[in-house]
Amino acid sequence: MSAELEIVLIAVVTAVAAALPGTYLVLRRTAMVSDAISHAILPGIVVAFFLTHDLNSPLLLLAAAATGVLTVFLIEGLLRTRLVPEDASIGLVFPLLFSIGVILISRYAGDVHLDTDSVLLGELAFAPFDRLVLSGVDVGPRALWTMSAILLLNLGFILLAWKELKLATVDSSLAALLGFSPVVIHYSLMAMVSLTAVGAFDAVGSILVVALMIAPPATAYLLVDRLGPMLWVGAGVAALSAILGYFVAYVLDVSIAGSMAVACGFVFSLALALAPRRGLLAQARRRSAQHLDLGVRMLVVHLLHHQDTAAEIEECRLPGLHHHLQWTEAHTRQVVGEAESRSLVEHAGDLLVATAQGRLLAEVAIVGEPVG
Amino acid sequence: MDLFGDYTLRMVAVGSAVLGATSGALGSFAYLRRQSLLGDAVSHAALPGIALAFMLTSSKAPLVMLIGAALAGWLATLVMGVVVSRSRVPFDSALGMVLAVFFGFGLVLLTHIQKQPDAAQAGLDSFLFGQAASLLRRDVVTMSVLGVAALVIVAVMWKEFKLLSFDPEFAASLGMPVRRLDGLLTLLLVVAIVIGLQTVGVVLMSAMIVAPAAAARQWSRRLAPMVAIAAGVGIFSGVTGSVASALIPKLPTGPTIVLVLSTVVVVSLVGAPQRGLLWRWIRLGDLRHGTDLDPILMHLYALSMQHEDDPGHGHPVAVLRTMSPSETDVGSALERLADRGLAIRTEGGLWAPTPIGCREARRRVERETEGS
Repeated sequence: MSAELEIVLIAVVTAVAAALPGTYLVLRRTAMVSDAISHAILPGIVVAFFLTHDLNSPLLLLAAAATGVLTVFLIEGLLRTRLVPEDASIGLVFPLLFSIGVILISRYAGDVHLDTDSVLLGELAFAPFDRLVLSGVDVGPRALWTMSAILLLNLGFILLAWKELKLATVDSSLAALLGFSPVVIHYSLMAMVSLTAVGAFDAVGSILVVALMIAPPATAYLLVDRLGPMLWVGAGVAALSAILGYFVAYVLDVSIAGSMAVACGFVFSLALALAPRRGLLAQARRRSAQHLDLGVRMLVVHLLHHQDTAAEIEECRLPGLHHHLQWTEAHTRQVVGEAESRSLVEHAGDLLVATAQGRLLAEVAIVGEPVG
Repeated sequence: MDLFGDYTLRMVAVGSAVLGATSGALGSFAYLRRQSLLGDAVSHAALPGIALAFMLTSSKAPLVMLIGAALAGWLATLVMGVVVSRSRVPFDSALGMVLAVFFGFGLVLLTHIQKQPDAAQAGLDSFLFGQAASLLRRDVVTMSVLGVAALVIVAVMWKEFKLLSFDPEFAASLGMPVRRLDGLLTLLLVVAIVIGLQTVGVVLMSAMIVAPAAAARQWSRRLAPMVAIAAGVGIFSGVTGSVASALIPKLPTGPTIVLVLSTVVVVSLVGAPQRGLLWRWIRLGDLRHGTDLDPILMHLYALSMQHEDDPGHGHPVAVLRTMSPSETDVGSALERLADRGLAIRTEGGLWAPTPIGCREARRRVERETEGS
């Protein structure tokens, strides 16, 4: 397997593993917890490293995951004092933990691989150099194995606790009422987020973890409505962004992690602009259709109002009609065209007359039902 | 060592004081408007601005960097606004996504710059964790001018910003241009953040926004003192942290400032009068101790109501004893009521409520009738 292919594989597996718990974070409106956890696990990693002197020790994973859960616990404890609002309690806890980690690293671990830049930024390009060797046989990059295991774990947890997670996400009071403990589910989810963040940080850095956890699920949220599809669309978007990001980074020779984050943002903006029902384009089209429809209704009401009156010749003549309706000429032309195509109005010389169908529409528009 | 004779230290101290005052004051508004994490997003989002400013001008002049950072940070708030108002993606997801994607883009640009054979790029990555010792005179001058300008604008617009923070609907009903004020306040927050980037770094600048405000909020329930205290906390932590970092080798500035800040926050949460945890704990004990006094006071008040013309009329302990459950130690309860100034012993060993005791009892009656 070439190094490039290995990097792409690690990137895709990491992205998918992150998107799964991320979906629940987005739906539960706790997305910023991923930011907090991915920063706050640092002291856990550092302390475990000091104890084991081995960056590949599985103890590092566990210690960091435990720190992640501790972070959530601290945030909630601070919240429970009711002395600070929720957003501030997140903003107070993780900078402190992260700072402790950074200071520990810069003071005591200056000359090992563990430096602050790599923690924050990650370097996927180096991942293939760290091989997993089992009884003398090279079985592939270590990161690929770690992230695959985490991906399977996440998948297993979601499938196993599908109903509980879903209920606790959409209606935590009902979940509690039915005897599922939302607290247990909440902390299991947070453990999943922590473990994923720890596994991913070594390869992609703590900031990209946030991008991978939030952007693909948010993209899926624009495209589909149900939890199941949201999970796999999110995973697909994550994989796509990872591949796209890698190739851009390869061509431009820049940070892979950064480029993957940008790709996530790019795919999200595409969805934001073009999503079939919720996209900005669809919204604009819907608005202009509504605008046109309102115009047609006003036109037939206007015509009906002046029909068979002395002012009809003045008010319902096509030239100058836009003055009476106080529209622009272009909009008037467009509305008249639309009304004609729907056979609501017809021409009688210079005059515009509502057809029987047009009368009906006007009556419904004015009194809410056909008259007579 | 002469602390303030040293040029570097003087620059560091003045620079951090300016940054502490500005971020403390503007952070208070963000804190009250539940925008604490906005600072996190803006500071991360500033990174591509810094990199682009350098790429376009090949200059590291502080004003150029700050303008680049401010534009990028401000653009990030606009993007978040569009995502939140035009899609169903929740605010926290939009925040996390913008933060990570902008930061990722910044990384891409930084790695691109570092590939260039241009010595001038050195030091750009000190924007990640901040390096107080790198502050030069021109940096401090630029920071001071911007900071003072921001603070003057806050002082001039005080009434508007205050109303906007506490009751934006009312502000709108008074005809205030709420959206423009909101934009201005956000812009000032962006300025406060970019002022601190060189000292504290993009990763931890959010703590400079949240923590001083969170600490100050515990000491005051009024806006003006809160802003002043937050500015004070900001100055203290900024100066202490950055001077310590400049004096002690291998102590990164941003994390050190965050440690000092967090200590101040913890002290405030525990020790602040009225709100603090210690205070609450004492009062809770007090309350627990005092619950048995309530009924006695109420009985005393009920008895005194029968002598409206003579509120000081005394009543024998025996009467009160018959009115209370047998296990109550009426005698000592009366003594304790007397200690609190709620009851008084008249001549002949009789008991009567004091005017304060009557008022307290009346208040309780009212509270109970309100509750029903």
